[in-house]
Amino acid sequence: MTLKTLTGNYAVATAVKLARVNVISAYPITPQTTIVEKLAEMVESGELKAGMIRVESEHSALAAVYGAASGGARVFTATSSHGLLYMHEMLWWVAGSRIPVVMAVVTRTIGPPWNIWTDHSDVMDQRDTGWLITFAENNQETLDETIKLFRITEDERVFLPGIVTLDAFILSHTTEPVDVPDQSLVDAFLPPRKQPYIFRAGEPIIMGNIPRDLKWNMMMREDIDKAMERAKKVIEETDLLWGRLVGRRYGGLTECYRCEDAKHFIIGVGAWVGDMREAVDYLREKFGLKIGLIKIRYFRPFPKEDMIKWLNNAVSAIVFDRSVSPGAGGPIFIEVLASLASAGVRIPVKGVVAGLAGVDVTPEDVANAVLTSVSEVEELGTFKQSISWFYGGE
Amino acid sequence: MSDELVLPLAKPVIGVSGKTGTWRLQRPVYDSSKCIKCRLCWLYCPDSTIDINEGGIDFITINYDYCKGCGICSNVCPTKAITMTPEG
Repeated sequence: MTLKTLTGNYAVATAVKLARVNVISAYPITPQTTIVEKLAEMVESGELKAGMIRVESEHSALAAVYGAASGGARVFTATSSHGLLYMHEMLWWVAGSRIPVVMAVVTRTIGPPWNIWTDHSDVMDQRDTGWLITFAENNQETLDETIKLFRITEDERVFLPGIVTLDAFILSHTTEPVDVPDQSLVDAFLPPRKQPYIFRAGEPIIMGNIPRDLKWNMMMREDIDKAMERAKKVIEETDLLWGRLVGRRYGGLTECYRCEDAKHFIIGVGAWVGDMREAVDYLREKFGLKIGLIKIRYFRPFPKEDMIKWLNNAVSAIVFDRSVSPGAGGPIFIEVLASLASAGVRIPVKGVVAGLAGVDVTPEDVANAVLTSVSEVEELGTFKQSISWFYGGE
Repeated sequence: MSDELVLPLAKPVIGVSGKTGTWRLQRPVYDSSKCIKCRLCWLYCPDSTIDINEGGIDFITINYDYCKGCGICSNVCPTKAITMTPEG
């Protein structure tokens, strides 16, 4: 156990090194670039024995590691924003062929207008691809979850690729103390790579040919859905196992902060969950508000059961989305509502779209938004608007 | 290979899509007297339906079970040893 000061991006690179990946592909895009730069340094110095492929685009970046992974290698790549969108088609290929791959996405706004700051539009655009998607709150969780994701994606109950998400600059370029586990500990935690099949010379197999019966095509999609469901248990088991080894548990798909007696709930993902914790503490101490915070750690698979469990007896919930599907609302808001409706839980839920394009939302902003919303519920029994756009500040 | 997963995998076999020769509207007909054994037809056939017979009287054999009649072999042949003729 060694405490080091690491940026979020260096935490990812350190985790990837500890996972002993065999092949990395690299294509630069702000704010991801320092991940692959650091890995390139490690490969150059001999600290990490891996192949480093410099490619001509993000589409190729994922295609290159997809090929290596199909041949049995443990692989890694990273991207952001427009790069991730350019890669989008390949995400479908990797998930559809059930090849475990781990990728870091440093979330960054999609243009126009041109923008390098965080919001979650880029990663939410990958929602339907069949990749596991986890969001980190801080650099320690970034490191831990990257290591864990190798184990989860290579579990035979899952065999799907996974994305570890960290917010641009707030995590990626901010230095925090991070406990870096010993190599021997990670080696004990991470078994040799497993995958459903390997392309080998002399053993020809065809991947992705047109099936004679289109039902097979549909069955493959259903199988991905089932694997996502199974992944829920694997994620919880992995959290428990990692917790035993390093003493840090985060919860499975969600963490509920100060939820014991909570009547109102905030729901969020990513780095600003830290701000939301402060808001919860402040609202409890200053106003005696019985409020809790549900941190969504995994967006895919979506923690439907957790939502029902935490919110079954709640008075209201406010979902903060850092992205929006124009014409429908924030994606987390929509899925929280769908989860509750599936179990017949009918409580007022408000969707707050905030922090897009890197617009800063402080703990005070969160607290003020919550106070306004809670007073509406207490007065009217519901929210005036189900969806609102919140810019923070004055 | 895992038995439990539904995977998009297949093993290569001859004629995985059935006898595609039934799709053919035009039939490539080979004239060995014009053939200079350049192998371009064999190289260009997109369905690998042309076999080479080293030392045979006919240098090539066209597999009409799978030839779709695309005409590429006829097109690339420098001596017009393969001509496309309408199917019955």
